[in-house]
Amino acid sequence: MKTLERLSRRPWIWSWVAVFLVWFATIIVTGGASTLGLTQAALTFAAFSIIVGIGQMFVITLGPGNVDLSVPSTMTLAGTVSLKLMDVDNGMILPGLVVAVLIGVAVGLLNYGLIKALRIPPIIATLSMSFIVQSAAIWTNRGLRIKPPGFLAEFTTSGTLGVPNVAIIALLISLGAWFLLERTIYGRWISAIGQSMPAARMAGIPVDGTRFVTYVFCAVLAALAGYLLACFSGGAALNMGSEYLLMSIAVVVLGGTAVAGGDSNVPGIWGASLFMYLVVSMLNTYGLGAGIRLIMTGLIIISVIMLAGGRQPGAR
Amino acid sequence: MRLTVSADAVRLTIPALALTLLLAAVFWLQPRAMSYIGLNLLFNLAVPIALATIAQMLIMAVNDLDLSMGSFVSFVACVAATFLRDAPLVGTLILAGVVIVYSVLGIVIHLRNLPSIVVSLGMSFVWAGLAVLLLPAPGGQAPDWVRALMTMKPPIAPMAIVASIAIAILAHLIVMRSSLGVVIRGVGGNERSVERAGWSVLATRAGAYGLAGIFAVLAGIALVGLTTSADANIALRYTLLSIAGVILGGGEFIGGRVSPVGAVIGALTLTLAGSFLSFLRISPDWQIGAQGAILIVVLALRLLLNRIESGETGR
Repeated sequence: MKTLERLSRRPWIWSWVAVFLVWFATIIVTGGASTLGLTQAALTFAAFSIIVGIGQMFVITLGPGNVDLSVPSTMTLAGTVSLKLMDVDNGMILPGLVVAVLIGVAVGLLNYGLIKALRIPPIIATLSMSFIVQSAAIWTNRGLRIKPPGFLAEFTTSGTLGVPNVAIIALLISLGAWFLLERTIYGRWISAIGQSMPAARMAGIPVDGTRFVTYVFCAVLAALAGYLLACFSGGAALNMGSEYLLMSIAVVVLGGTAVAGGDSNVPGIWGASLFMYLVVSMLNTYGLGAGIRLIMTGLIIISVIMLAGGRQPGAR
Repeated sequence: MRLTVSADAVRLTIPALALTLLLAAVFWLQPRAMSYIGLNLLFNLAVPIALATIAQMLIMAVNDLDLSMGSFVSFVACVAATFLRDAPLVGTLILAGVVIVYSVLGIVIHLRNLPSIVVSLGMSFVWAGLAVLLLPAPGGQAPDWVRALMTMKPPIAPMAIVASIAIAILAHLIVMRSSLGVVIRGVGGNERSVERAGWSVLATRAGAYGLAGIFAVLAGIALVGLTTSADANIALRYTLLSIAGVILGGGEFIGGRVSPVGAVIGALTLTLAGSFLSFLRISPDWQIGAQGAILIVVLALRLLLNRIESGETGR
C-alpha cells in the first residue's frame, strides 16, 4: 500500500496510467491483432518527441519564460544539411552526424547569445532565431529531397530484438539526461535556477554558464532528432519539424514537469510521448477523421492539465 | 532629459523609428511604392495581423500567453467563409459563442491557477480540429460585405492605413483609457494589490480574454475579406507573429506593460519586413529570416535606448 501511495505522488505516474488506458482501449478494438505492431510504432514515433522533449524539458526547468521555440527549425536545418552532406554515401554518416551536432551547438550558442546580449525574453530570442534558421533551411533545401545513406535508412527504420533502434537511442539519451538531472551538480543547478534565479545567483551557482549549456544542450538534441527523423522518413522536408514545436512543449507539460520551472522528470517525457502517439492511433482505430482527432487531442491535453494542474502557484 | 516625455512615449519611440526607417528604405528602393495603391499593397495583410497582435497583447497584459492565436484566427476565417456567408445568423452566433469560450478559458485559467501556455496549447488543437471539420479542403467564400469593407478605397489614405489607425485608436481607448483596461494592466502589474483594492481579478481576466477573443474574431474576418477564401491552416503563423508584434511594439511578457499603438506599429513593421527584402532583390528564401533579423535589431535598439534612459535618470 505504501509503495502505491508513494507511486501516486510521482508527477509522471499519470501520464503512464493514461498510456496504458489508451493502449488497452486500442487493443480491445483491434482484438489484440496488432498489439506488437502498435507498440513498436508507438515506440518509434514517440522516440523523436522524447529526444526533442528532453531538451525542451531542460530549458523549461530553467524557470518561467524559458522555452526554446527554435526547436522545429533546428531540426529542419540539421536534417537538410546533414543529408545534403552525406549525399547517400554510407562513408559520410559520421561527418553528417558531426555536422548536425555542430548546427545544434551553433543555434544554441546564438540563442543564448541573444538572450544574454540583448537581455530579451528567451521566447522572443529563440523565436527570432527560429525565423533565421528556418530561412537558412529553405535556402539550403531548395525543394530537393535527398535520400539518406542506405545504412542509416535501414538502421532508423528497423529494430534490434523487436525494439526499434530509434527507441533504443532515445532510451540511451534519456538515461544520460536522467543521470545529468538527478546525479550531477549541473542537474541541481538547473533546478535551483528554475526555482529562483536570484537565490541561485546568491548561492554562487554559475547561472549564466548553466543556462548557456542548457540552451546548447536543447538545440543539440533537436538537431539530433532532426538528423534521425530525416533518415527515418527517407529525406528532409521543410515542414518536418513543425509539429514538434507544440509537441515538445506538450510532452514536457503532460509528463508532469512544472511549467513554472525548477521541477522536472525524465520518465514523464516517455509517458507523455507514448500517450500523444497512442491517442492519435486510438482515434484512428475508431475510424475518426482528422478534425475529431485534433479536437480530442486538445481536450485531452486540457483535461490532463486540469487534473494535474493547480499545484503550482505563480505559474503562467 | 530636458524634454518631458512620458514613459509611454519613450516606449513608442523605437517601434515608430523602426517602422519609419523601414518605410523610408522601401520608398528609396522602389519610389513607386509611395502611392495610394503602393501603400495599400504594402500594408494590406497587416490589418488582420494587427488585430491578432492586439488580441495577443490583451492576453499578455494579464501575464498570460496565447499559443492558440494562429489556429483560432484560422478557425474564425473558416467560419466567416462558410457560415457567415451562407447563414449570417448562425455564423454570428458561432462567433459570439467562441468569444464566450475565450472568456470562460480566462475564468478556468484563473480559478484553477493553470498555466495559460498549456491550456492555449490544448485549445490550439481544438480550434484546428474544428477548422478542419468545417473546411477539410481550402474553399469557402468571403461574405460580400466583408470583401467590400476590406477592398474599400477611402479618400486620402488607403484602407490598410485607415484601418490600422482605427485599430490603434480603438485599442488605445480600451486598454489605456477605459477603467477595464486600467484594471487589466493592473492585474498584470500586481494581481494582489488589484484584488485588495476591491476589484475582481476573475472578472478582469474574463474581460481581458473576452476582449482578446473579439479582436481575434475580427482578425479572422478581416483575413477572409482579403483572401476571399479560407483554409484550416490559413493563419497558423499568427501565433508567433502576434507575440513578436507585441514585443516589437514595446510590450513586455510580464508586468502588464503593453502598448496598443506600439503593437499595431509592430505588426506593420513585421509585414513591411517581407516587402523590404523583396525590393532588395534578396531571394524570397530569406523573407522569414528577415523578420527575425528585424526583430533582433529593434530589440537591440530598445536595449540601447533603455541604457541611455537609465543613464540620464541616474545623473
